[in-house]
Amino acid sequence: MNAANANGLQSSVPGEADLIALYRTMLLIRRFEERCNALFLQGRIPSTLHLYIGQEAVATGVCSALRADDWVVGTHRPHGHALAKGVSPRVIMAELMAKVTGCCRGKGGSMHVGDVRKGVFPAVAIVGAGLPIAAGAALSARMRGTDQVAVAFHGEGAANEGDWHEALNMAAIWKLPVLFVCENNLYGASTHFSKAFAIPRVSDRACAYGMPGETVDGNDVVAVHDAALRAVERARSGAGPTLLECLTYRQCGHSRSDACDYRPDEEEALWKERDPLKVAAARIRALVPPVPFDPSGIEADVAAEIDDAIAFAEESPAPAPEDLERHVYWEGD
Amino acid sequence: MATMGIAEALREGIREEMRRDPTVFCIGEDIGVKGGWGGAFTVTLGLVDEFGPERILDTPISESGFCGIAIGAAMTGMRPIADVQYGDFLFCMMDQLANQAAKMTYMAGGAVKVPLVMRAPVGSTRRGAQHAQTLEVFFTHIPGLKVVAPSTAYDAKGLLKAAVRDDNPVLMFEHKLLYGSKGNRAEKGAVSPIGEVPDEDYVVPIGKGAIRRKGRDVTIVGKLLTVYRALAAADRLAEDGIEAEVIDPRSLIPLDKEMILESVRKTHRFVVVEEDNRTHGWGAEIAAMVAEEAFWWLDGPPVRVSAPDTPPPFAPNLEELYVPSVERVVDAVRRLVG
Repeated sequence: MNAANANGLQSSVPGEADLIALYRTMLLIRRFEERCNALFLQGRIPSTLHLYIGQEAVATGVCSALRADDWVVGTHRPHGHALAKGVSPRVIMAELMAKVTGCCRGKGGSMHVGDVRKGVFPAVAIVGAGLPIAAGAALSARMRGTDQVAVAFHGEGAANEGDWHEALNMAAIWKLPVLFVCENNLYGASTHFSKAFAIPRVSDRACAYGMPGETVDGNDVVAVHDAALRAVERARSGAGPTLLECLTYRQCGHSRSDACDYRPDEEEALWKERDPLKVAAARIRALVPPVPFDPSGIEADVAAEIDDAIAFAEESPAPAPEDLERHVYWEGD
Repeated sequence: MATMGIAEALREGIREEMRRDPTVFCIGEDIGVKGGWGGAFTVTLGLVDEFGPERILDTPISESGFCGIAIGAAMTGMRPIADVQYGDFLFCMMDQLANQAAKMTYMAGGAVKVPLVMRAPVGSTRRGAQHAQTLEVFFTHIPGLKVVAPSTAYDAKGLLKAAVRDDNPVLMFEHKLLYGSKGNRAEKGAVSPIGEVPDEDYVVPIGKGAIRRKGRDVTIVGKLLTVYRALAAADRLAEDGIEAEVIDPRSLIPLDKEMILESVRKTHRFVVVEEDNRTHGWGAEIAAMVAEEAFWWLDGPPVRVSAPDTPPPFAPNLEELYVPSVERVVDAVRRLVG
């Protein structure tokens, strides 16, 4: 198993090597996002950023249950989805820095990070709109006779968009091989879950569409992986879609200028105690027989990978002026 | 060579493309129900018998959802032909068309394609405001989409085939009065042009207009139904010795600008006829293009004959006033020729 890309982990009882690989992917996302934030504050990344810090176990746990040729549709907070599915930090960083070597030639930016060669669609930054698109990829897989699976990541806020309901309904009627992964991080921008839902769980809605719904601890990468693996196997076998709700927390603000004044400090502290990296480290330390776990080697390895990505991005050129009017229409492979 | 109407020509075009390419499929509401209508205007009638319900895929009433599903399928190796029952319903899927289908190739830096066809019936036909709008202009304003509007059976089949083979999202607008739909789906007051359609494979390239009538005195551009209004006006004007050249762009994006400009350089007068609202409309864009690029050849201002800035009305007498009539086209030209 490639440590940078957790794709291919199939065991529902992960051993030491698998757990460390999951930990490494999560740490890569965490440190990547932290460096992005610093680069942004230094003015080296333009625009805005929606950081994935605190939610790493969701993308990592889900993508570790996928094959390389499965599809993922991300959101406006997509860096973690792309990294977990194996997109190179180099092309993501170059994209964030608006360089022509970026995964979207510098024309997508943070909110549209993706790389179809790795099975990652350009991320869909309109809330809820990615669900039908993922369902369409799943329909396509069936029509083309492959056993690929598609995943639509989305925040809980998306579950109140019309596209969410239309996608779940059609995926259920047609038993499409798709996994709807709801990252319930408690806030849609600044609006608390309780103000947007009259039910305790997003997954409660699954039964209304005739599909299984499950809520798991989204900060426990093993719990996410296990649930995702069941859903992926169900999808691949032709039994249809699953709604998987992962309870997690956005440790940063919604975007660059958000000081999170609407969140109680105690709530933030509580969730930081449940930090997904801490949970994963505890999982590793709880292995029987016990294994010594020193993450410093992984830290150094991840730091080197991100340094390399930043150097690559900074050395890369910006798009040429003529790029402005290119790629409005398809130009060929 | 067979003669047929537009609905039948589209049906044959879809049939041939689906036989040619296993990745082509249809998706929409009521398109394959046995005992149903074959879509709102019979275009897909009977196709389910040959291709089965997997490839003539009936959806729930979920326009935005099935549009997104078609986009996802198109991005992963399929070539969907989606349709809405009435063009007005495109507004329900506006995000999927405008933010997803249209922008995906650009925001991926050219790394993905969206070979999607979306068909939509338009035209004011005694159905009131929400089943009658002619709304191509909302989509001609969106970079990344191609937009075609066939007014003959030959063009309908040829453009449909070109659209299916195109690697970009193509919106095809079809006019209800031009379909030639039969049985209980026939339209009152239909023009329904019956035309010759070759038996062998052909495409009408997207971006090439057609001169429907040659003339030296004025250039009239119309689309869909207004092509026929312009042709009828031209016949009447000819009685007074005014020879109008009538151009049907067939493809709105990309537009065959040169065909229009070349005609204007010859006739020195320009009229555009549209069934759309006037303000910020399609005609405004065409008139501005002519004013900018052929100003020194013009003997008078570019003129628009449009629907007024109202929703499509229901009352038949009001609808007659809403859709540009032959008389309004004749009057506009007479004022211009003086």
